[in-house]
Amino acid sequence: MNDSTLYFKEYFDQQQTGTTSVLNDHRQQAFAAFSQLGVPGVKHEEWKYTRINSLFNTQYRLQSADTLQAADINDLRLPAHEAANELVFINGRYVAALSTLRSKNLVLLPLNEAAEGEYAAIVDQHYGHSADYLRDGINALNTALSDGGIYLHIGKNTEIEHPVYIYHIVDARAEAVLAQPRSLVYLGQNAGVTIVETYHTIGNADSFTNQVFEVAVEKDARLEYYKIQNDVASANLVSTSHIRQTGASHVNTVTISLNGGIVRNNLNLVLEAPYCEGHLYGLYFQQGNSHVDNHTIVDNVAPNCLSYELYKGILDEQSTGVFNGKIFVRQPAQKTNAYQTNKNVLLSKTASVNTKPQLEIFADDVKCSHGCTVGQLDEEALFYLRSRGITQQAAQALLLQGFALDVLEKIKLAPIRAYVDSLIAGRLQFTQS
Amino acid sequence: MKTEIEQLPQEVIVDDERAAIEKAVLGDYKYGFVTNIEADEAPPGLNEDTVRFISAKKNEPEWMLEWRLKAYQHWLKMKEPDWANINYPPINYQDIIYYSAPKQKIKPKSLDEIDPELRRTFEKLGISLDEQKRLSGVAVDAVIDSISIGTTFKEQLGELGIIFCSISEAIQEHPELVRKHLSSVVPVTDNFFAALNAAVFSDGSFCYIPKGVRCPMELSTYFRINAENTGQFERTLIVAEEGSYVSYLEGCTAPMRDENQLHAAVVEIVAMENAEVKYSTVQNWYPGDKNGVGGIYNFVTKRGICKGDNSKISWTQVETGSSITWKYPSVILKGDNSVGEFYSVAVTNNYQQADTGTKIMHLGKNTRSRIVSKGISAGFSNNSYRGLVQVNRNAENARNFSQCDSLLLGDKCGAHTFPYIEVKNNTAVVEHEATTSKIGEDQIFYCNQRGIDTETAVALIINGFAKEVMNQLPMEFAVEAQKLLAISLEGSVG
Repeated sequence: MNDSTLYFKEYFDQQQTGTTSVLNDHRQQAFAAFSQLGVPGVKHEEWKYTRINSLFNTQYRLQSADTLQAADINDLRLPAHEAANELVFINGRYVAALSTLRSKNLVLLPLNEAAEGEYAAIVDQHYGHSADYLRDGINALNTALSDGGIYLHIGKNTEIEHPVYIYHIVDARAEAVLAQPRSLVYLGQNAGVTIVETYHTIGNADSFTNQVFEVAVEKDARLEYYKIQNDVASANLVSTSHIRQTGASHVNTVTISLNGGIVRNNLNLVLEAPYCEGHLYGLYFQQGNSHVDNHTIVDNVAPNCLSYELYKGILDEQSTGVFNGKIFVRQPAQKTNAYQTNKNVLLSKTASVNTKPQLEIFADDVKCSHGCTVGQLDEEALFYLRSRGITQQAAQALLLQGFALDVLEKIKLAPIRAYVDSLIAGRLQFTQS
Repeated sequence: MKTEIEQLPQEVIVDDERAAIEKAVLGDYKYGFVTNIEADEAPPGLNEDTVRFISAKKNEPEWMLEWRLKAYQHWLKMKEPDWANINYPPINYQDIIYYSAPKQKIKPKSLDEIDPELRRTFEKLGISLDEQKRLSGVAVDAVIDSISIGTTFKEQLGELGIIFCSISEAIQEHPELVRKHLSSVVPVTDNFFAALNAAVFSDGSFCYIPKGVRCPMELSTYFRINAENTGQFERTLIVAEEGSYVSYLEGCTAPMRDENQLHAAVVEIVAMENAEVKYSTVQNWYPGDKNGVGGIYNFVTKRGICKGDNSKISWTQVETGSSITWKYPSVILKGDNSVGEFYSVAVTNNYQQADTGTKIMHLGKNTRSRIVSKGISAGFSNNSYRGLVQVNRNAENARNFSQCDSLLLGDKCGAHTFPYIEVKNNTAVVEHEATTSKIGEDQIFYCNQRGIDTETAVALIINGFAKEVMNQLPMEFAVEAQKLLAISLEGSVG
């Protein structure tokens, strides 16, 4: 820890009281880890292309959650929210008063309560598991300082009919704010749920959201998970989603990053049981000076699992895109099928992309492949459209829409799909030709 | 009535295949002998005096000594790199003998005067220093431990203005050329092992192709470690002037010993306008025994620069030896329309570890590069491809295609790929593809069905897997490399 992060110690000491022993152990360990590791610099292999330490030149406040009212956030609600469970986090803390639970069978508890009651064993088993994969100060900082996190429990054979919308809202009207939301989601056997997360910053000061979202998916359970980022340029985000498939289950994730300052998405999928299936899709469409970094890990621990991964990027103006996809196949994970593709289009002279698909394989009877491309729109396709009287701008928009479609069509929730489509269509009109 | 195949239980077929693979991968190292020759050695350890000792031994001019000392001073400040996917106990740099030269009473004026024991060593390795090999049309520079012992075909090459000699000789006779190009591609401060090499390198090859000359024969260097506890540090410098062409081969072997020996070489290539350099390596240092004891630590820095427009540098490597390989032959594409290529087959068996690949830097306009890497892992080995393709802001219309395929023979080995792709120009087209698989049961079955036994089928498939790279090797080498692949992976041959 250096001078610029020393003030976290104060926050840590203040928060000591009132937490349960399990969470407190994690906090202690995580703070020790943060003190030792500090903020990852460019020498840290996983942060080589994303300079996060510059963010820590600002002194962030950990704000309380009572600065916003329902009226302030009404505009931010997602389409079809009337038929959804809405969970609202303000400045990293869950606010029950602003949230609406429509599904009766959805159990929601504050994390520290869950850690003591009937779900104590589950929390103990899954809380903090992401730290085994992300050994850096950023993950530790969340565990050390987060407060007001939630536990979502979807019991055995429970299908949550209404999707769960999670809003992460930061109030940066007065000062730079650090928000550290934390959630743990448990899907029991044969349970099913759709979760959508979005991120918003209100105000002009910098915001930094450092989120950790951990999920355990039991046998025959189904998880649909969509993450949509379309925040302002002063909003920085490190969003970690760590999904453990502890039984033969199905997971589909789509990560859409459309704007922001520095955005880093960590998505880990741990395939712990045979016959798991996981899908990871992502689209990043950046302009201005924004920087988006998608780090994914697919860890094949058990045999006979299948994973598909497709990330596509469109980079305009001075934006930077980073993709790092790791596939690990452990020695017992025979008969693994793992596929990964990353495709990028650079629209401007000043945009850049750094991509690193990575395979680490210790089992022989596997089929694994990765591919990545960096290029531009096909001139012949453009010419074809132009020769039919379509303007350059419209032709380009059409082709980019087609490029993005592969990812967008993986969003199965119709209102959300329409919402993302409209965001992209709106953006394409302003894209320079 | 059941047919014979139906009666055969499934396990037997699998066992048969496994046995064939096992047999295929348990090859023996046939270059592991030691030659008894008296050697002139420096005391073990590394300090400024060692550097001065080597420089004095080689009768080097003052600027060379200064250059070495600068490298040494810088090396002291550097840390051994630890980012590669390899594990080894810490190397004690004070235990190594940095200079060892076979003793020769007189300086040989012609090849006939070379110590017969030395000649026999090279004949045993299949490299005849005698002019009998004239027919094969390969000029050879033979380097044993730290010293070049002879170069063939010097006169014929001299007539064309080609300089092909040991680098020590070049420092004496062509200091202006050496001074101009030495460390122009790999600076002495480049990395830990390059700095170490600059401080203590004792010999290597130098090759200069003048303007407009197409080198009529393959040039070849053969490196051999013989003495115990020595490290081998050689330095190769190839300069191809405007419009010239050369194809260069490099081979290496070492005796079997239980200790690990260090090899830290540097190769630099400069290609001027319209020049083409093709560099092929068959690396067969002693890989250690079946239990991973002994073997060479091979930490090599190889880099070429396409300085002029329309130039081309092509690296081809067949890596079968060494207990540890750390090697990334790179190309800097500075000239417009220049081309860089990297073809590699890396085979690891038993407890070998390889972390190898390439770096291609696109700086000029319309530059093109192609990477084909084939990794074969067997036993308990780990084989990693690590590559960087970088397209800079001003490199208009750069084009790269990379392909990395890994083949796993056995379930205790690992295959890894770490490709880095950094693109800063929107006219670039960069593609990367990688696959990992094992030999398919259906492929074996297909061969069996046609009367090819499993063992031959495995060999056939491995050969086919590596073919794209093997085809890039010059004729003389392709045969040797094919055999080597067979030796590394097939018990039946050698």
